[in-house]
Amino acid sequence: MTNFLQQVVSGLASGGIYGALALALVLIHRATGVINFAQGEMATFSTYILWTLTQNHGWPYWPALAVTLAISFAGGFGVHQLVVRPVERGSVLRVVIVTIGLLLLINGAMTWIWSGEVRSVHSPFPTRTIDMGGVAISIQDLGTIGVSIGVVILLGLFFRFTKVGLALRAAATNPAEARLVGVRVPLLLGVGWGLATMLGAIAGALTAPTVFLDPNMMQAVLIYAFAAAVLGGIDSPVGAVVGGLLLGVGLNLLGTYVNFVGADLRLPAALSVILAVLLFRPAGLFGHRVVKRV
Amino acid sequence: MTALLVLEGVEARYGPVRALRGVTLEVGEGEIVAVLGANGAGKTTTLRAVSGTVRRSGSIKLAGRALSGGPEAVAKAGIAHVPEGRGTFAELTVTENLRLGAYTRRGKIDADVERMAAWFPWLIERGDQQAGTLSGGEQQMLALARALMSRPRLLMLDEPSLGLAPLVVREIFRIVRELNEQEGLAVLVVEQDARIALAAAHRAYVLEVGEVAVTGTSAELRENESVRKSYLGY
Amino acid sequence: MRRTATSAGLFAALVVAIAVLPKFLTDFRAQQFAYVAVYLVALIGLNVLTGYTGQMSLGHGAFMAVGGYTTAILMTDHGIKDLWTIPAAAVVAGAAGFLFGLPALRLTGLYLALATFAIAVATPAVIKKFEGFTGGGSGKNLFGVKELTGGIAPVHVLGWKLNFNNWLYYLCWTVALVLYVVAWLLLRGRTGRAFRAVRDSETAALSSGVSLARYKTLAFGVSAAYAGVAGSLFAIATTYVNPDTFPVQLSIFLLVGVVVGGLGSLTGLIAGAIFIEFLPLWAQDISKSPGAPGVVYGVILIGVIFLLPTGAAGLLRRVASLFRGR
Repeated sequence: MTNFLQQVVSGLASGGIYGALALALVLIHRATGVINFAQGEMATFSTYILWTLTQNHGWPYWPALAVTLAISFAGGFGVHQLVVRPVERGSVLRVVIVTIGLLLLINGAMTWIWSGEVRSVHSPFPTRTIDMGGVAISIQDLGTIGVSIGVVILLGLFFRFTKVGLALRAAATNPAEARLVGVRVPLLLGVGWGLATMLGAIAGALTAPTVFLDPNMMQAVLIYAFAAAVLGGIDSPVGAVVGGLLLGVGLNLLGTYVNFVGADLRLPAALSVILAVLLFRPAGLFGHRVVKRV
Repeated sequence: MTALLVLEGVEARYGPVRALRGVTLEVGEGEIVAVLGANGAGKTTTLRAVSGTVRRSGSIKLAGRALSGGPEAVAKAGIAHVPEGRGTFAELTVTENLRLGAYTRRGKIDADVERMAAWFPWLIERGDQQAGTLSGGEQQMLALARALMSRPRLLMLDEPSLGLAPLVVREIFRIVRELNEQEGLAVLVVEQDARIALAAAHRAYVLEVGEVAVTGTSAELRENESVRKSYLGY
Repeated sequence: MRRTATSAGLFAALVVAIAVLPKFLTDFRAQQFAYVAVYLVALIGLNVLTGYTGQMSLGHGAFMAVGGYTTAILMTDHGIKDLWTIPAAAVVAGAAGFLFGLPALRLTGLYLALATFAIAVATPAVIKKFEGFTGGGSGKNLFGVKELTGGIAPVHVLGWKLNFNNWLYYLCWTVALVLYVVAWLLLRGRTGRAFRAVRDSETAALSSGVSLARYKTLAFGVSAAYAGVAGSLFAIATTYVNPDTFPVQLSIFLLVGVVVGGLGSLTGLIAGAIFIEFLPLWAQDISKSPGAPGVVYGVILIGVIFLLPTGAAGLLRRVASLFRGR
């Protein structure tokens, strides 16, 4: 039983990370109508910035994180304005190919700038465990869960109660009307990309301490995030987070209790989730309409 | 009466199709002006030319200043456009729709929401309802309220009667008329239903294949039998 | 009719050029050009799917893996001569593609891209897992296996003596050119029209009586069979397969090749295949960093989408029309 609970908690921790990156995918899907295949690479790039600031320049963790988030926001905004905006109105295929181009470009750039060697990034949370009713739970896991849930709540408040957040939702769901009330739609979609990139940076910073930082760090996480986003409903921010947590716990339990799956078949298991949801419930758990874009 | 909106020789095209072939019209301060005509005459395009959602040429001036740029700039200049087919944000709540209406303005909007509640009392109690779940008439009223939230200098309505029950249409035009009388709101309204539009408007223009065919006060147009027969269809 | 004659003439010229090219190439270069032929086969397959029927696949490397492993397993465990494993790879991969095409019918555009991408990422893990069958992480070695033609002694064909790399060159290009003609015949006729109808408008295709399901799954099957052949040739050429022989990057590069070559065109794909094979080498001139090719690929991919949406084929057409004085 204690093992079960420990697995659930560590599943929630990885699920929180999947949820954060899935949320980034959902934000961009709502803003631009595509899936950003470069989301993982962008997150890893942000993590490298964090690594550079803390390791090479000796900054304390939190200021370094704040600067990383700011740079990530600007980067995401810039990417949208520079390369996505010009093709946004064209076919989905073209936009997807552009995000694939970004994936290759950013992945190569990371190897170029920081070399392919693995780096280690510290966690802001202590690695020791605390005892909760006989269950040993690592503080890092708790921190990860706390951060991802906190981020989601903050983002929810932003979308609900701020003028920019509201305008962003309007721009994403109904761009023509939004322009009529004075919203500068392309600019706000760029803000959406910026926020998504910030979320990715958080996901990257939370991932890095448990694995090592290398240019392909987020490749698998991106697939889990795809699965989480599809599971929750690709247009539902709440769904993305719930999907991420479900997936994190589910994969962890599957890996622990089903010998055949073990640690090796986590990716194929996520793939089966994607296929099963797309085939049998395309709107996901929380999506309220079937999205069909040809 | 001083002129608020002046269009001179405005042309617009959709690809190779010329939708407007030099439209000249005027809306005075505190005036309700109707644009009438058959389907495809260019009524909707006239409004779209003003708000910049269609490529246009010619001169469009608001209070003496040329309007150029996209719909964002036109909205900021003080024109609120309620497009055909309501134009509410279906996925957002009633209150959020109202907040978006005031997007171009700075500062508090509580007073405006209260003002809207005086005209449309149901807006407050149903503030958390998704706009898409409202009835057609309610959506049209919400669209109207949202437009008014920006405190526009000019309100543009595109076919407000479309698909609504006669009683609801009458209610909407009553409110528009009262807003005009009490607050001096200038309105440019496009309507298929000439009878109801002429009842509310001070003046009207009749468009035919992208040009102004006839213009006059509402009374003149109503009384001119040949105009009524050939253009207005009643 | 005149167009067909011109095309046939150009094709004959191409065949001759390919036949004599090895005379001017070093052994090493001949091998590189053999890989160009391998990529060409895979690109033709992907273009049938993405360019002609508008279904995006980011997972064609997975079908190449199916073909490559079919060849490797048949050669090492069942003693079948390499040449005979090529059609087997086409059949196995084609069947896999057809089977995947059935559920894929319900996925449009973006979701298909996502699902196929996930397949490409998950494939190496699956290969590793079934160790007894695939050799797991250590893979399968074909070098020194007697079923590999030309691996030990030079190959004699019609009185010519060919070393291994030249043999590879002629093998791969023969297969590629035959499959090129097959694709050309398939796409110019009724089937090609149906594919394009599916791409351009599903509703129109439906109303004109084209069976969407039939042609979409057919396109998947054909496309995957081509990828399977490419994977098979790839395995023979590298004489070794392991889970990392067919990484997700391969799938992405194939997409790059098709976009650079020109979606919905066959001739441009040769340029696309050359691009995939030689770009990493050219990129070395820019920087020795292993990241440089990725950067160049990315920049060119985005650049092509911005500046040349019709790829190399479109560029060729434009140049050709200049010469015709239009």
